[in-house]
Amino acid sequence: MTPEVRSAYAGRKLASKVAELGAAVAVGLSFLPLVAIFTYVVRHGAPSIGENWAGMANAILGTIEVVVLASAMAVPLGVAAGLFLAEYARARLARLVRFATDVLAGVPSILVGVAVYAIVVVRMKQLSAFAGACSLAIVMLPLIVRTTDSLSRAVPESLREAALALGAPRWRTALFVVLPTASPGIRTGCMLAVARACGETAPLLFTAYATTLQVQIFTNTATPSPNGHAQAWAAALVLVAIVVLLNLVARRLTRIT
Amino acid sequence: MNLPDRAFVGTGRFSAIVLASILVGVAACVTRIAWPSIVEGGVSFFTGATWSPDHRVYGALALVWGTFVTSVIALALSLPIGLGVAVFLSDLGPASLRRPVSSLVELLAAIPSVVYGLWAALVLAPVLQARLEPGGPPLGLALLCASLVLAIMVLPTIAAVARDVLVAVPADLREGALALGATRWDVVRLVVVPHARRGLYGAILLGFGRAVGETMAVAAVAPGLTMSSVIANEWPIARSESHVSALAEVGLLLFAVTVAFNVAARFLVAPRATA
Repeated sequence: MTPEVRSAYAGRKLASKVAELGAAVAVGLSFLPLVAIFTYVVRHGAPSIGENWAGMANAILGTIEVVVLASAMAVPLGVAAGLFLAEYARARLARLVRFATDVLAGVPSILVGVAVYAIVVVRMKQLSAFAGACSLAIVMLPLIVRTTDSLSRAVPESLREAALALGAPRWRTALFVVLPTASPGIRTGCMLAVARACGETAPLLFTAYATTLQVQIFTNTATPSPNGHAQAWAAALVLVAIVVLLNLVARRLTRIT
Repeated sequence: MNLPDRAFVGTGRFSAIVLASILVGVAACVTRIAWPSIVEGGVSFFTGATWSPDHRVYGALALVWGTFVTSVIALALSLPIGLGVAVFLSDLGPASLRRPVSSLVELLAAIPSVVYGLWAALVLAPVLQARLEPGGPPLGLALLCASLVLAIMVLPTIAAVARDVLVAVPADLREGALALGATRWDVVRLVVVPHARRGLYGAILLGFGRAVGETMAVAAVAPGLTMSSVIANEWPIARSESHVSALAEVGLLLFAVTVAFNVAARFLVAPRATA
């Protein structure tokens, strides 16, 4: 190496080190809000969780009710649609539905609330757990369809061919070969969708008003009273615990299998 | 095809069609509620900057502006950090740290937006108020605070999508550059980023779409500042028919904007692969 080349290389090596440091700093900065939120939620939520338990138990039950109802609607429909897309759909229909799924995933959830209000609430003339569940189901659907679709397509073609060669019809191949092979990942996807639904607030605001944990946090944030704030922190602690737990369990599931 | 096969295809096709029609249904429902306002308000809805339900004056310009400004500031703040995280995960960070860092970024995305809203309204806003504007009017601060919390919420989206795009750059290209004596930063700068440019633009668009649509956190910090938050704040207390209708028209506008961003992003992130 001539001295010029060596010094140029030293400069580039230094630039590389600086860039690596910069990336690490970015990672550090991105954790700052995570740490801040966890600390505040635990510090403010934990002391007041006991005294607010009575009011919160109701809201927790409300959240569970709405989310379970929503999952009962979204999971079968979503898995069926995803499996159909991966196994059966002709290219053009599949492309169209995939496109619609992606777009639906990007629609702000508050608009889903508006639409469900227009269809369900106006017709039933009242806010209800069912209406809330409908809107959460619509939020969950694209996530479930997308995971089922992509994981089913990732199942090796040779497995399908082996089943078909043994004389299995396509529906048995799809249900008893493809689906079980892809199911650990699909389970994870569904749990992540459930976790997402637990945190969704906007579509519940005018469909299932004030009966769930999420909406309780929002209404209590808006009140000026310290009591309300304490209640909001306690509810936030419970909600974050639920969501983080679901996320951890979901990810643990795939790692084992 | 035998009978079970046909039944299976039937159910599958039914659920796929339900899915596609939900999208159309959402648009149709919002339009139906918004219709009186569209007819009555006409162009003044887009040109008027006064939003005053009490006087039945509905001009959405201020809301559009609020959405635009908060989203742009949020993106400006989170873009360098998000891309930094993505590059850390794809090239520059030690391999052993990639998995834990990835999970933590996903955790950041998993925190419900009401919790962000709570934190921003009760912790961030008072701190900003005390530091930047003691005793002054809180108007500009609400905007800043909303932008900050949006930046936090958009960050995981940008980081995750950009990471996927960068990781998808073929390893051969990286190895070729390294074999020619490039440093790791040279590889990123000269090979990976140019190759992934379209996808990175897509990541930015997706982040922007997320910021525009994000509702609850903004509704908690700066009520009625943006298009999405005004619906959340005012719909439950709207008394008159015209108010509800005008809010639905705001929703329709929001729908159009977010769909446009997402469609554009989809074409950039996956030009042919998912087709």
